[in-house]
Amino acid sequence: MLFPWNNNANSKDCAKSRLKLIIAHDRASINSDMLMAMREEILDVVARYVEVDREEMEFSLSNDQRMTSLTANLPIRQIKRLGELQKQLQENNGIDLQKIEVVEIDRNEDNAKSNPK
Amino acid sequence: MSRIIVVTSGKGGVGKTTTTSNLGAALAKQNRSVALIDADFGLRNLDLLLGLEERVVYTALDVLAGECRLAQALVKDKRLKGLVLLPAAQNRNKEAVRPEQMQKIATALAKGYDYILIDCPAGIELGFRNAISAAQEALIVTTPEVAAVRDADRVIGLLEAEGVNKISLIVNRVKPHMVEENKMMSVEDVLELLGVPLIGVVPDDEKVIESTNRGEPLVLGEHESTPAIAYTNIARRLEGEKVPFLDLLANQGNILSRLRKIFGG
Ligand SMILES: Nc1ncnc2c1ncn2[C@@H]1O[C@H](COP(=O)(O)OP(=O)(O)O)[C@@H](O)[C@H]1O
Ligand SMILES: [Mg+2]
Repeated sequence: MLFPWNNNANSKDCAKSRLKLIIAHDRASINSDMLMAMREEILDVVARYVEVDREEMEFSLSNDQRMTSLTANLPIRQIKRLGELQKQLQENNGIDLQKIEVVEIDRNEDNAKSNPK
Repeated sequence: MSRIIVVTSGKGGVGKTTTTSNLGAALAKQNRSVALIDADFGLRNLDLLLGLEERVVYTALDVLAGECRLAQALVKDKRLKGLVLLPAAQNRNKEAVRPEQMQKIATALAKGYDYILIDCPAGIELGFRNAISAAQEALIVTTPEVAAVRDADRVIGLLEAEGVNKISLIVNRVKPHMVEENKMMSVEDVLELLGVPLIGVVPDDEKVIESTNRGEPLVLGEHESTPAIAYTNIARRLEGEKVPFLDLLANQGNILSRLRKIFGG
């Protein structure tokens, strides 16, 4: 290194990486109620098909640009049997598989668009 | 169609009032009619930066109390046709006004002016709510520092939640030589973190302070300065013009840091 005074720890990178973390945290905590509600709903749905280890599961928001992504890590204890599942689905009028739409998040527009079939 | 724009930041002291006064003057210089609203009740200083403090008679609170008409409270800038200021009350606290009242004032002004610029107080409490209540657009002012950027991100979130989606960013007090030495975040770094479009970059410059001493917005000064050009460019971009961003290092003759770069320092 020719100019040693230029070699001190790069404080700009430090600022940036700290901000990345804190901003992701801020953005997530503002919506903590929403996040909790969403977690419960997702778990309800997943629990119809598989048995999830609630102790070990992780549910978090992370950030990149203005895109926030949801990461759910749900360790599966046991997968339900098909017969059991079909019986359950028949009993449950609440879910109609034909009507479930694919929802896509538009990166740029930041709003949800549904894909017509 | 007039535009109601709030100038906000979350953090105090990052340059909201400086931006509001200079942008107002720059837009008026471009033959636009502009009404500036000082929404920083209790801590008003937009009148000072504009050099209009001696001419303040009524304030927004007097208008709301019915003690004068809106037109009477407006202070006209004699240097610039089309620029007026609606001063904030200095002696009463922020709690004295409610969002609906601010909205009323801003919408009334929108009938007579092309631009309504609202100078927002620091914080995210009632004063902030008041200031953003009428806004259709927002200019976020931040500096390349951690606390300012963090607060800017919160404010952007709050604005979006309120349905203000047209948000642009002004990065103020950039020190090019520090950026070059990796001692300060660059405009690109800040943009990447906040993810809203950039509308202006203003260098840190002593002339900004000199102009506040005189109560004369930089864009009115006799001599052209980099920050004055930066503010004029923001006004042009607001008008829809495509103006390239200034190369802040270009006129600094920063030979030493250039040399370091060449020699791989
Ligand atoms: N680009 C700049 N260069 C140098 N000083 C600046 C610049 N922008 C703002 N300042 C100074 O920073 C201080 C705070 O600015 P102000 O506009 O009052 O901030 P705010 O309204 O956000 O509280 C003032 O002393 C002002 O002169
Ligand atoms: Mg201010």
